[in-house]
Amino acid sequence: MSGRPHIGGVRSSFAPWEDPAAQPLVRFEGVSRSFGETVAVKAVDLSIYEGEFFALLGPSGCGKTTLMRLLAGFESPDAGRIRLEGRDIGAEPPHQRPVHMMFQAYALFPHLNVAQNIAFGLKRQGVARAEVAARVEEMLSLVRLEGMGRRRPDQLSGGQRQRVALARAIAPRPRILLLDEPMAALDRKLREETQFELMALQQSLGMTFMIVTHDQDEAMVVADRIAVMRAGEIVQIGRPAMVYEAPIDRYVAGFIGDVNLFEGRTEPAPDGVRLVGADGAFLAEGEIPVGSTAWLAVRPEKIAVHAEPPPPGPNRLEGRILDYAYLGDWTTYVVEIAPGRTVRAARANATRMVERPLGCDDRVWLTFAPSSAVVLTR
Amino acid sequence: MRRERSALAAILPFLWLAVFFAFPFMLVAKLSLSDTVLAMPPYAPRIDWSQGLAGLGAFFGALDGETYARLAQDRLYLDAYLSSLRLAGLGTILLLLIGYPIAYGISRCPPGARQALVMAVVLPFWTSFLIRIYAWIAILKPAGVLNAGLHALGLPGVDILNTETAVLLGLVYAYLPFMVLPLYAVLDRQDESLIEAAQDLGATPLSAFWRVTFPLSLPGAAAGALLCFIPMAGEFVIPDLLGGSETLMLGRVIWTEFFANRDWPAASAVAIVLLATLTVPILLFERQQARVLS
Repeated sequence: MSGRPHIGGVRSSFAPWEDPAAQPLVRFEGVSRSFGETVAVKAVDLSIYEGEFFALLGPSGCGKTTLMRLLAGFESPDAGRIRLEGRDIGAEPPHQRPVHMMFQAYALFPHLNVAQNIAFGLKRQGVARAEVAARVEEMLSLVRLEGMGRRRPDQLSGGQRQRVALARAIAPRPRILLLDEPMAALDRKLREETQFELMALQQSLGMTFMIVTHDQDEAMVVADRIAVMRAGEIVQIGRPAMVYEAPIDRYVAGFIGDVNLFEGRTEPAPDGVRLVGADGAFLAEGEIPVGSTAWLAVRPEKIAVHAEPPPPGPNRLEGRILDYAYLGDWTTYVVEIAPGRTVRAARANATRMVERPLGCDDRVWLTFAPSSAVVLTR
Repeated sequence: MRRERSALAAILPFLWLAVFFAFPFMLVAKLSLSDTVLAMPPYAPRIDWSQGLAGLGAFFGALDGETYARLAQDRLYLDAYLSSLRLAGLGTILLLLIGYPIAYGISRCPPGARQALVMAVVLPFWTSFLIRIYAWIAILKPAGVLNAGLHALGLPGVDILNTETAVLLGLVYAYLPFMVLPLYAVLDRQDESLIEAAQDLGATPLSAFWRVTFPLSLPGAAAGALLCFIPMAGEFVIPDLLGGSETLMLGRVIWTEFFANRDWPAASAVAIVLLATLTVPILLFERQQARVLS
């Protein structure tokens, strides 16, 4: 498993979901769950495959946590079926499911020490005493907490507590590990480190992970596939790069990363499609029905910023810098192309202050390639 | 100005303790070292201020511990002690057994119902304690409500008024809120996700209760137990009204010594010994509270 090529959270050769013969480990079939009047999960169909690192991404209240709790057994579906290895587990109580969860606030047992916390699940499985001790030691070294077994949870730092929670959840070797916002309580630096650790751990164990998060960067880094949720429904499922580069609608485009949207009507063009709107005429690739309202989505980093007028070409905008944010590696410009209409463009700071720095009120020209833009019909 | 005010605020509790605890306690301690005399007040020595310092010296010279020696020799007092501790202990166990399920049940209710049920637990305090104990006489007496009910069901009646059973019943009834409230406080505060984590890791609901909920509620149980045990050991009204002549409890012994026997030194000595005995659980309680708060 660990020999698999691995680039930025995407293992390009690992794609069981593309294989029609592959049997999913977990399968949601038209699963719905309501609380009173609120529909938390609406007829969700979803397959998660063995060895996959799957992310449920969405804003708070989108139903991602309910979906995870349905799989853990803390909620039961109003309709639909949840299958684990083909078996319907909808009626099984949480303690019978080989599905373990790492809780958002970790939920470590305060009256037990680290080793006893990790041993909890093993003991419930009836693992022999000597083996429990050995497995606890193994887990402690796996999460780099050797020698900490006798500490109480309140004697640990936030990062250490997080690792104990992780060790406790994976010790009984669940078929799938659920992670509920696992890094929400960590600071930024620790969060980045932990993301990579989590990925390395998932691959070395060959375990299936499902993470629930509202942090799109986190989902992009760790996941093999991301499911973007909105109002109880899954809007799009795909590899992080696909969800980012080919969002299915404006919601996904806006939720994952920054995006500029230009509204207009589509017209036929020699190779691709022309979109004519208030901001001008743009050229994009793709097959879009002609004569409909559509939106051109362009990521800020795909828009080039020029201090001098560029040679004539398609997808050219002219404006004035309203504001900019220097982020070290990148500078993001907010460019006013018409009164009240702004476009965001990002430029990598490839050279060190060699170019004349652009500042507020500077006149600039923006261009982007037709292949960089995505036409959205929703 | 501000500093003076804060100093006053710090002194106030000490002043309160000095006036309402330390001073009366010293009076009782002094009384316990005095002798009984047929006079008004019925004890000696008294400080003869007309003699000045010599009078004070004579007063301290006349104090002795012979009342305590008498307590140690008379089995009545030892029996009363043991009986008080036994009844308070038994009452505490019963309260734990009854109070825990009640507190647990309330903590599992929806929030609105929880408020109402906690209110219901505290509600008896709105009536006089004495009236509530008198009500128990009406219930337990031979021709009382309990026996009427039993007869109506065709069951034989019971005669438990003026017995230890009635005293225990009264103790459990009167102190139940003091057991339920601290237990409820810890159970209500308990993080729901801990139970979910236990079940998620393979614990049945029952096992999750015994391995997580119960051990985490022990501080509340300890607080409730001490909160009930300490005053129950010195309880007077309940054994006096519901107990019989054979129900020996320290509260009644103190009352008898003071009012029937007019033996103020003996009554004071019994009170001092009771206080000394109860200091142990009180200190335990304080330590446990400090730990919970930290």
